[in-house]
Amino acid sequence: MKSKIFNISLICAFFLALGAFPTKALSQENKAEGAEKKFNPQEIIMEHIADKHEWHMYGKSYIPLPVILYTDKGLEIFSSANLQPQGTVYTGKYYNYMLVNNKIKVATADKKIDAANNKKVWDFSITQNVASMWMTGIILLLVFFSISGTYKKRVGKAPKGLQSWLEPLILFIRDDVALPNIGVKYKAYMPLLLTIFFFILINNIFGMIPVFPGAFNLTGNIAVTLVLSVIVLLVVNLKANKYYWKHIFVPNPWWLFPIMIPVEIVSIFSKPIALMIRLFANITAGHIIVLSLISLIYIFGTQWAAVVSVPFTVFIDCIEVLVAFLQAYIFTMLTSLFIGMAIQEHHDHEVI
Amino acid sequence: MTTYGPIGAGLAAIGAGVGIGQIGGKAVEAIARQPEAISKIQTNMIIAAALVEGVALFAVVVALL
Repeated sequence: MKSKIFNISLICAFFLALGAFPTKALSQENKAEGAEKKFNPQEIIMEHIADKHEWHMYGKSYIPLPVILYTDKGLEIFSSANLQPQGTVYTGKYYNYMLVNNKIKVATADKKIDAANNKKVWDFSITQNVASMWMTGIILLLVFFSISGTYKKRVGKAPKGLQSWLEPLILFIRDDVALPNIGVKYKAYMPLLLTIFFFILINNIFGMIPVFPGAFNLTGNIAVTLVLSVIVLLVVNLKANKYYWKHIFVPNPWWLFPIMIPVEIVSIFSKPIALMIRLFANITAGHIIVLSLISLIYIFGTQWAAVVSVPFTVFIDCIEVLVAFLQAYIFTMLTSLFIGMAIQEHHDHEVI
Repeated sequence: MTTYGPIGAGLAAIGAGVGIGQIGGKAVEAIARQPEAISKIQTNMIIAAALVEGVALFAVVVALL
């Protein structure tokens, strides 16, 4: 027992020592440039969380992603490497473009934003979020098609390999999330629930990885969570039976009509909006906390701040992994709850 | 023009702390009363904590804007 504790503390000390070194090198490099530019944590944090037109890899290296713009004169496609570093004006086929705060704006030749022409350009580029969503989508498709193939081949036999790794999660969704909330008709909704759960889970987990295949913030992008909650809104309201609508439009004591109907109508929309903001805020807040703790090292300017900051950051990272699972589970559970409320059969409520 | 965003976020954190503290306290009491139901109580505690945390984070998002 004693030697176990000694071994664990030796490993922790090793990682701590290891973690202090890169920050020492980087903080000294920053100090050399620090004479010209003061460290602005807000800017660095926002830059890491927001969407960009290139896929950031390590330090200053990145993969430039294609920029696809639909202007009123035609389609324009070029590599975003033409727009680096920020402030370079690129002469496209129809207009000149410049990156301002990682957004593409139409610019005049002397680096000012051309507001009138800006409205005519629609940005359909492959940004970091789009490319990473495709990547996680492909990973999900590969994993789940291979599992379903294995299930067909090994009917009735014990699960093996990747199948046995994911089976507890899938059965957990079926037995603890779908069945209690939706009831007998759960099979029709299982694909939706499984997709939502694994999509959110895998994007959350990839967002926690700081290096190449994972340095993106997809579920912390409110547009993505908006789409997920719109899907939930559509499924719940299109599949609802008439008892659901009766509950909303015909409240039980008739004299509550004026208050209950607006409240119920608002609640049709507020439930998916809450889903959207909950997921977005949890994931983004987690990333901001981790980035702020690391920025503390640069704010203090000395490498010894790393001794305090790095263990704290590791601790917060562990909590963020828990939050990744938890938020995927909560989104799925609330979706199944709403679907269950929408399709449940009539019970007698006359027991007042 | 002072902005009160961070103060709002701090107040939201107080709310979250009080709420989740209550949930945790009641859950632990319930476990003490009936240790066989630990896993059910734990599941429900985590769900309630995530919902309360969601509300606090709505406030943080508004504070950020």
